[in-house]
Amino acid sequence: MTARYDLVVMGTSTGGLHALTRLLSGLPATFPLPIAIVQHRSRDSDERLTNLLSGSSQIPVVEAEDKEPLRGPGVYLGPPDYHLLIEAEGLALSTEEPVGYSRPSIDVLFESAAYSHGSGVIGVLLTGANQDGTRGLKRIKEHGGYVIIQNPDSAESAFMPKHAVKNLLPDRVLNLEQIAGELIVRASEARSA
Amino acid sequence: MADANQPSDVDAASAASVRNFTLATSELERLEMELLLLAIYRHHGFDFRSYAPASIHRRIRRHMEKTHVPTISRLTELILHDPTALQRLLHDLSVNVTSMFRDPTFFAEFRRLVVPLLRTYPTVRIWHAGCSTGEEVYAMSILLEEEGLYERCRIYATDMDSTVLDQARQGIFPVARMKEYTSNYFLGGGKRSLSDYFTAKYDGALFAPRLAKNVLFTQHNLAMDRGFSEFNVIVCRNVLIYFDRALKDHTLSLFSESFATLGVLCLGRKESLRFTALEHEFTALSARERIYRRNR
Repeated sequence: MTARYDLVVMGTSTGGLHALTRLLSGLPATFPLPIAIVQHRSRDSDERLTNLLSGSSQIPVVEAEDKEPLRGPGVYLGPPDYHLLIEAEGLALSTEEPVGYSRPSIDVLFESAAYSHGSGVIGVLLTGANQDGTRGLKRIKEHGGYVIIQNPDSAESAFMPKHAVKNLLPDRVLNLEQIAGELIVRASEARSA
Repeated sequence: MADANQPSDVDAASAASVRNFTLATSELERLEMELLLLAIYRHHGFDFRSYAPASIHRRIRRHMEKTHVPTISRLTELILHDPTALQRLLHDLSVNVTSMFRDPTFFAEFRRLVVPLLRTYPTVRIWHAGCSTGEEVYAMSILLEEEGLYERCRIYATDMDSTVLDQARQGIFPVARMKEYTSNYFLGGGKRSLSDYFTAKYDGALFAPRLAKNVLFTQHNLAMDRGFSEFNVIVCRNVLIYFDRALKDHTLSLFSESFATLGVLCLGRKESLRFTALEHEFTALSARERIYRRNR
């Protein structure tokens, strides 16, 4: 069976550490798709974020390296002061100017995933206090991907998911604790002939 | 919100048809991109086809938004018939983002691990490959001066773009960034005050010309030109991330041929020799800071 989806891209800002910890702890070690995450962070942030997420995830969590192949399970975190992009062959990094004051930027991750993997992308936008992510989710929808937005009412910071819900039609709006289950179901979906 | 959770059959059917249509669209876009990059290459000689696709495509799309060009094919037509359109595109395609003492811990480790090696050489030859507007070259000159090594150093700073090299030669950087650079400088082991090295005038900070005295800024294209000379240190940080795997490998072997015995290679924080042909030719002096030394 060929899986319907190739990868999951996830974006979050304020409140993200808590949300990601809970979400990742709901995924089994056998979760088959690679997950690329942008959490807004300052340029001098260190390995603590990776370590904290590793502690609550059964899937290995690493900071993304340039040209790292994206195969099978694994959580790849956008490193501080770089944009994280998806290419057909794997991960790519860039030091181009910040987008909306952010580097890494969620939109950059989402858009590059949509362009490189088309309808094979699942995009997830969580808690946050700015507009990053909306534009990227739109691009994922346009290319036939699947979009999940955290229910703003359940978000530590509602602004980012609310802004996205207002500007596009997601496939699902879910409370944080429902998202892992939804991802497991979507990841098991087979590609139709 | 309840609606979004419960898509109807009609929604599902239309989503399926959209999916088929958009799949075709992205195939079409890929073809248009290929044709555009081929057109730039055939028309202008510069080969962006060996660049990392995600970021080059992103820059092309941003250029199209900025200049209100609706399709990639339209852009191809424009650049083939309008030289100014080609110049504008080329300008937007080159990444010239750089800073002073980016990743301060790299500079601290360079002082700790590489400086003692360089002290044992009567003359030191350094190549900054892809130096852009030169901020990092001046940062390295400051470090070498503070370590008492500058006088014995000969530094070659190269970029493929002659306009950024003109800027680099002037040594004037935005005053607005000096606060960030000053904090980086200290974290990187700076021994004086960064303001000792520049004179602020209007919105520019002019760095002391002596910092460029032993630097030769010269045009060199990593994709097309040969390697040169025998270097003790090659610094190429956050340049290879813009190349595809084949060009990255090509550039690394160019470096390999350009080293003196036991040369030191400095890459960007998230670039590595893993999965490259050179992996076994080098040993990491600092794996974290991506400072490598050639084994022979």
